[in-house]
Amino acid sequence: MSLLAALKRWLDERFGWEELTAPLRKKMVPSHRYSYWYFLGGMTLFLFLVQIVTGALLLLYYRPGANEAFESVQFIMTQVHFGWLVRSIHSWSANLLIFMAFAHLFSVLFLRSYRKPRELTWLSGMVLLALMLGFGFTGYLLPWNMLAYFATKVGTAIPGQLPLIGTPTLLFLRGGEEVTGATLNRMFGLHVAILPAIATMLLLLHLALIQWFGMSVPPRIEKEWRQAPASRREMRFFPNFLLRELMAWFVALGALGALAALFPWELGVKADPFASAPAGIKPEWYFLFMFQTLRMIPAKVLGIEGELLGILGFGVLGAAAFLVPFLDRKKPIDTSRWITWAAVLVLVYMVAMTIYGFIAK
Amino acid sequence: MNPALFLSALRRGSRSLLACVLVLLASAALRAQTKDSCLDCHQYLPEPMGVSAETFSQDIHAQKGLTCAACHGGDPNSDDPEKAMSRAAKWKGKIERRQIPELCGSCHSDAAFMKSYNPTLRVDQLQQYKTSVHGKQWAAGDDKVAVCTDCHGVHNLRSPSDSRSSVYPTNIAGTCARCHADAAHMKSYGIPTDQFASYQKSVHYEAMAEGGDLSAPTCSTCHGNHGAAPPGVESVVSVCSTCHVFQAELFEKSPHEAAFAQAGFPGCVTCHSNHEIRHPTDAMIGVGPRTVCVQCHAEGDAGYAAAAGMKARLVELGSELDKSNAILATAEQAGMEVGEAKLEAGKAHDALVKARVTIHAFDMAKLDEDVAPGLKLAKKTYEAGEAALHERTVRRQGLAAALVAIVVVLIGLKLYIGAIERESE
Repeated sequence: MSLLAALKRWLDERFGWEELTAPLRKKMVPSHRYSYWYFLGGMTLFLFLVQIVTGALLLLYYRPGANEAFESVQFIMTQVHFGWLVRSIHSWSANLLIFMAFAHLFSVLFLRSYRKPRELTWLSGMVLLALMLGFGFTGYLLPWNMLAYFATKVGTAIPGQLPLIGTPTLLFLRGGEEVTGATLNRMFGLHVAILPAIATMLLLLHLALIQWFGMSVPPRIEKEWRQAPASRREMRFFPNFLLRELMAWFVALGALGALAALFPWELGVKADPFASAPAGIKPEWYFLFMFQTLRMIPAKVLGIEGELLGILGFGVLGAAAFLVPFLDRKKPIDTSRWITWAAVLVLVYMVAMTIYGFIAK
Repeated sequence: MNPALFLSALRRGSRSLLACVLVLLASAALRAQTKDSCLDCHQYLPEPMGVSAETFSQDIHAQKGLTCAACHGGDPNSDDPEKAMSRAAKWKGKIERRQIPELCGSCHSDAAFMKSYNPTLRVDQLQQYKTSVHGKQWAAGDDKVAVCTDCHGVHNLRSPSDSRSSVYPTNIAGTCARCHADAAHMKSYGIPTDQFASYQKSVHYEAMAEGGDLSAPTCSTCHGNHGAAPPGVESVVSVCSTCHVFQAELFEKSPHEAAFAQAGFPGCVTCHSNHEIRHPTDAMIGVGPRTVCVQCHAEGDAGYAAAAGMKARLVELGSELDKSNAILATAEQAGMEVGEAKLEAGKAHDALVKARVTIHAFDMAKLDEDVAPGLKLAKKTYEAGEAALHERTVRRQGLAAALVAIVVVLIGLKLYIGAIERESE
């Protein structure tokens, strides 16, 4: 008897391993021309796991605080064995994770996977995306360099424009009126404790819901399959789909390693609150489309503060995206054209504004 | 209406009326005091008699409440020209050029009077003027030399802190040049007229005009303003040392101090020139054809050898630093973290800057106290750059190995998936 078989038997005798893993063995994944989109969720999960591992390693040396944060990251980058690799992978993976999360969102949107009975899966996914953006925002300040300092100053000032809740939000985010060591400490707390706790719970819920409902079949494929039942194809989740997913994870790992080795994430210059802001300060690329929009809105639109109007506009857009499963009233088998056009419009707008944000001075 | 209330209202009303009348009377009195009937006519007269109200309103004296009468006498309250410009009203008419310094001094040398306008203003301008070359020539009967109004202007005389003033730091050189760069005007004095042109090529002018540094030296910084005179040979070092403290201290202890004094050389100016003080570079020192050292030292003397040695040390530190900066820049472009090494390279650069100051001691051992630690730092940072580039190579090799391993795993997985799927079919 092989060691693996002995271990299985040992677990089976004590925990009913065969019974426990039966659903996993029985789980089937629809196999069709859009199946590749199913990998995006798994890739996002993989990158999240990379973040947890590299983040935990960084925590061994990172010291929060305005007087120590920059120096500790510099120490990680230059003195700690493979510290440069861990930090660079953490930074690159964070960006790829957000990219994958957006790609996953739009694939779910275009394939109509959010519809009944998967409304809760969509909702938990949207909250997870918001949390990932929160991770990005809070993590950006942690190296305490000039760009991060001023980008956080600008980023925290934007919600400060809101009526009534603006000032309390700004004070909450900054831990005072200015971006200081207190801001850094609370960003650190949010980044390594509060956000991970919420994200882990939601991720488990998201995965449980996927497990519960199984993979959604796009309406167009479903129609084709109904017309020709013989064309229906499925693949076993374990090991067939999972091994394919594993291949994708290895590709992602290779890409992360290559990015970290060829383009190590730079550290920049230590933050100096008394220095003047560097020219052309911009947020991370995933906030750029919003930032550029706010820059372009006139100071007053119909007597209302332009920036406030922009923030409210993005709030409405976010709420609409959140409620998509409830706005799309068509039966699961039908497709709502307006959702597709709205999604294409939003995607084109986001991409165009991001590119414009990069080239605009 | 209640009669008591009516009486009370009447009392309040009459009190208000009285207050209004008093305010009107007071403003009329004030108006009478600041009335300047001179401008009523002179603003319409042609030059040189004409002074517009707008021009005069820019004058610091007008802004402080003084009228034409403060200098010209007369009665500015009278609208009758006969009375306003009468001897009875102590009217002086046009101020003769000869009277100008004393007239200005009549107020500006009066500490008690000036205190009422500006307690921080000096009152020794006239006294200083009398010690200046201008003042002495003036006393000797030369009417061409500068008097107060030639530099400060007249009727639109502004505070020196006003950027439009002719004596604002950035305008002083131009004001002096109006006479000193005028060959015809200066012909009788037999002094050069190229000072302004030379100054415009200097590091001082660059700092003032291009850098906007108002504390950078201009004519009056070295020559004085009201007491303007060329610094004598013996005081040149003292003049320069008001800013260049360390250089002067080192020079005074150097072998050049006694040698220059003996030869009658004017200290700093001997090597750096006076008005055309160019940005000093390492090219100035050494034994090359354009160096200042060879003006006095010739091959075979100790100074010649020392100049060559000091130049060599500066060049050595400079080139080591350039090498170090170049390799650190390459490493940084490759994404390597070299922040600490760059900080150390900054210290090596500081050592080079300090060495360039220490040159003024003209002492090889003293120069080495700065150059040696700088060289050590530059070598250390160069090694840090080399290590960073080596690390980059190691990383790329590691990446290649990792990618090969990943490709092998991917091929293995692909084959395995194919095998299990064939088996299940």
